Amino acid sequence: MEITEFNKNLKTLLEGLIYRGRSAGADLIEIFLENTDHLSVIAEQDNITNVSPSFSKGAGIRVFLGQRDGFVSTNDISEEGLRHALDQALAMLGLIINPLAKTKFNGLNPLNDFATSKLDWLGNSPRLDKVTSRLIEGTSQLKKTGNHIQVRKASYSRSWQEVLIAASDGTFGHDIRLHQSMGLSILAADGLHRSSIGRRYGSSGKTDHLNSWDIEKCSHDVCESSGKMLYADYIEAGQMPTVLANRFGGVIFHEACGHLLETTQIERGTSPFADKLDKYIAHPAVTAIDEGKSDGAFGSLTMDDEGMEPHETILIKDGILKSFLSDRAGELRTGHPRTGSGRRQSHTFAAASRMRNTYIAPGKFTPEELINSTEYGLYAKSMGGGSVGPTGQFNFSVEEGYLIKDGKLTKPVKGATLIGEASDVLPRISMCANDLDLAAGYCGSISGSINVTVGQPHIKVDSITIGGR
Amino acid sequence: MESTSHNNHLIAGNIRDRIHKNARQIGIKKWDLGASYSNDSSVQIDKGTAKQLRSSQRSSITIRVWNEQGLVGITSTSDLSDSGLNKALRGAEQASDFGNASESPDFSPLAKAQLPTIDRPLINSQGINKLFSIIKDAEQELLGKHNAINNVPYNGISESNSERLYLNSDGAIRHQRRTNACLYLYARAEEAGRKPRSSGSVRLAYGSQRLDITGCIEEAARKTISHLNYAPITTGKYLVCFTPEAFLDLLGAFSSLFNARAILDGVSLSSKDSIGNQISVPFLNLNDNGLHKDNHGATSFDGEGSPTCNLSLIRNGKIQNFLHSEATARAFGVKPTGHAGLGAKVSVGPDWFEISKSDEVDSYSKALSHTTYNEEFVLIQNLNALHAGVKSSQGSFSLPFDGWIVKGQEKISIEAATVAGDIKNVLNNILNVEAEKISTTQGVSPHIWVENLSITGEA
Repeated sequence: MEITEFNKNLKTLLEGLIYRGRSAGADLIEIFLENTDHLSVIAEQDNITNVSPSFSKGAGIRVFLGQRDGFVSTNDISEEGLRHALDQALAMLGLIINPLAKTKFNGLNPLNDFATSKLDWLGNSPRLDKVTSRLIEGTSQLKKTGNHIQVRKASYSRSWQEVLIAASDGTFGHDIRLHQSMGLSILAADGLHRSSIGRRYGSSGKTDHLNSWDIEKCSHDVCESSGKMLYADYIEAGQMPTVLANRFGGVIFHEACGHLLETTQIERGTSPFADKLDKYIAHPAVTAIDEGKSDGAFGSLTMDDEGMEPHETILIKDGILKSFLSDRAGELRTGHPRTGSGRRQSHTFAAASRMRNTYIAPGKFTPEELINSTEYGLYAKSMGGGSVGPTGQFNFSVEEGYLIKDGKLTKPVKGATLIGEASDVLPRISMCANDLDLAAGYCGSISGSINVTVGQPHIKVDSITIGGR
Repeated sequence: MESTSHNNHLIAGNIRDRIHKNARQIGIKKWDLGASYSNDSSVQIDKGTAKQLRSSQRSSITIRVWNEQGLVGITSTSDLSDSGLNKALRGAEQASDFGNASESPDFSPLAKAQLPTIDRPLINSQGINKLFSIIKDAEQELLGKHNAINNVPYNGISESNSERLYLNSDGAIRHQRRTNACLYLYARAEEAGRKPRSSGSVRLAYGSQRLDITGCIEEAARKTISHLNYAPITTGKYLVCFTPEAFLDLLGAFSSLFNARAILDGVSLSSKDSIGNQISVPFLNLNDNGLHKDNHGATSFDGEGSPTCNLSLIRNGKIQNFLHSEATARAFGVKPTGHAGLGAKVSVGPDWFEISKSDEVDSYSKALSHTTYNEEFVLIQNLNALHAGVKSSQGSFSLPFDGWIVKGQEKISIEAATVAGDIKNVLNNILNVEAEKISTTQGVSPHIWVENLSITGEA
């Protein structure tokens, strides 16, 4: 029989499955049920060019035996399908069903139902006609605002997800998540000069986000940046001080440092910070936080994908490493207590320790003071993407950059890449401004692509390698 | 044991009949769909212990419908039940109200054309316990290759069997099954007082029995060890030799040069009139050959049911063809090339690049060989972070890489560096395309020599 609704009525079924797993000798069983309804829409120039709805159901079943685990995912969420998936996961660990075995399982707790107040979220999300008209409004606004625009694009994504999580430690949680993101991007061209700039905004749990999106401001921001970068010269490579702007500038901390503080990396032995708890890893100007509670932020959660309510986790306090981000497996394998950071893209991934809303706390300076203190350097106003290698080296492209000379912003420069290692760069963040701001993004890692927030105030790095030409 | 006796999970006739029935009820006359099913198993290991054993069964279907006005809508779902298909058809019909009147896709005129024969074996799964045993031994052997190799943090072995299906209301039926296996080993090595270094290797096969496990271990060890002796590189312009993997990655990141969809969208550096233009040195050839014998992911048809083909993109430095879907081919007045996805707006992408030296034109510097050249050059093993460091619509790139400074046969690993440039300049600054073509997991290419590339180091 197909499961059609996620509610407390599934308790008996789930308890039966968990009992079956425990009686086979598993230390812990976790069942993750998921129901999704997604929509993505794209407008290009003056047309809607893509409307892509999708829906899905599935389950991920994870079985622990000691520090090992077996994970099976399936689209078949009938009782029979779940039993088959469970038996497969048990067999992976060499466990055999034994209905006669005596086992300790006290049953599931009463349902922790976070979804009760969210049942109308999908129905109250913007209708397709509203979405398409807002996106066309966006591309029209770009046409009005910008110069030399060759391609105008607006996009919208809505991700609705209902989850039910049950585990043999009694965890029994139900939640609904709603994430929306929208943005504008352009490609400007004039002869051989080209620039491409985009801005994206995201929220969680805000059904009216599309209505409140300030299209005019977003369009102005994109077109202004594009206009400045269109004729920019390539930056000359070298080592120099760099001031990183607030908001999406935080992506560097997220990628270069945040990932190294996940217990997933500690387990692998790939984090240089594994043995640095309560030691200085950054300049005393740096305090960094990861939390899942900020109202409406893209990385916020009511419960994580292992049924735990998220903590506010102080990662670095005044330069000293205070905590790691941990999930169920991380706690088991590294001893660092869970922080409500067990996250996954969908039922096809086992949860892993992942960031939520991660940011550097504000300092005492104004952004102008950071720039004024720099004789010659780079101002990275807007960051592109980046990555971190297996031994901790990071690299990030600068989407919009300016040279700083004698404490003042001068000409725009393109082609800059910031290169370094977190353990080298964190001690060189000498100044933090007072203008913390957050930005929505997607983070891809071991448990898939998830919604996160990055953020920081303006910060100054005393010296960093800039890749250029 | 090898076998061809796999059962179909996607029964074409069954799905076609159920779609027909549901579509008729809703009043939909024209539709097509792409469906897939896969069953995967994988193991990762950590110092002899299975860290995670994974298995998944996945199914998905994407349905396109045309409404009375000829506008297209789509919906995707993992639910292949009758109610799931019905809901998907209704969703697609609703989406079609917002279809793009200025460019609507149609069935490919080649959706019923004869398909090329792809003779690939279907190999039975060995099961997760065998996978565990293989990777456990592989990890142990790799750790024993050198005292400095202390960890294999990124590793995995997997096997999968999968099916693809394309159907349309005009009677086209395409179906393909395949089996695949993959092994990857990325080792981390560290010597006292030195920075950790890492490298690895990947092998693909049609089944885990056929994986070149020894070759994967040897290559991962050889590459990792070769990076232990490292030094910073001085920022400047260098003569660079790209390994086949690195050059295929670079060219793949700029495949919009040959992508008709990107050209129509205005985000390619090429234009509709670029056919025949000299885009590179005259001794470079490039084909997109999804049918190549070494392409383990070969498929005989694309998302619209068009046959896969071997397509010349560059011959003697001149652009010959673009990659097409049905819609772009119609706009260009040519036939689809078998490179389409499936959507209301159909994406286009390459299958498997095959780079070679022209038989008709000599290289500028035939003597350049990565095995014999004695002057200083930079050998780029692989490029990283392509998603972040490539601006395909602008033609520029700035990418971190792993590689060596080579001089007089001595190789010193480069500590950390990026290479930056412009793809059109790269293609026109090639000095030599070596003769030996090497198959990689992404395509086929010889080593390629390029002069005057900017490299930023931390020295």
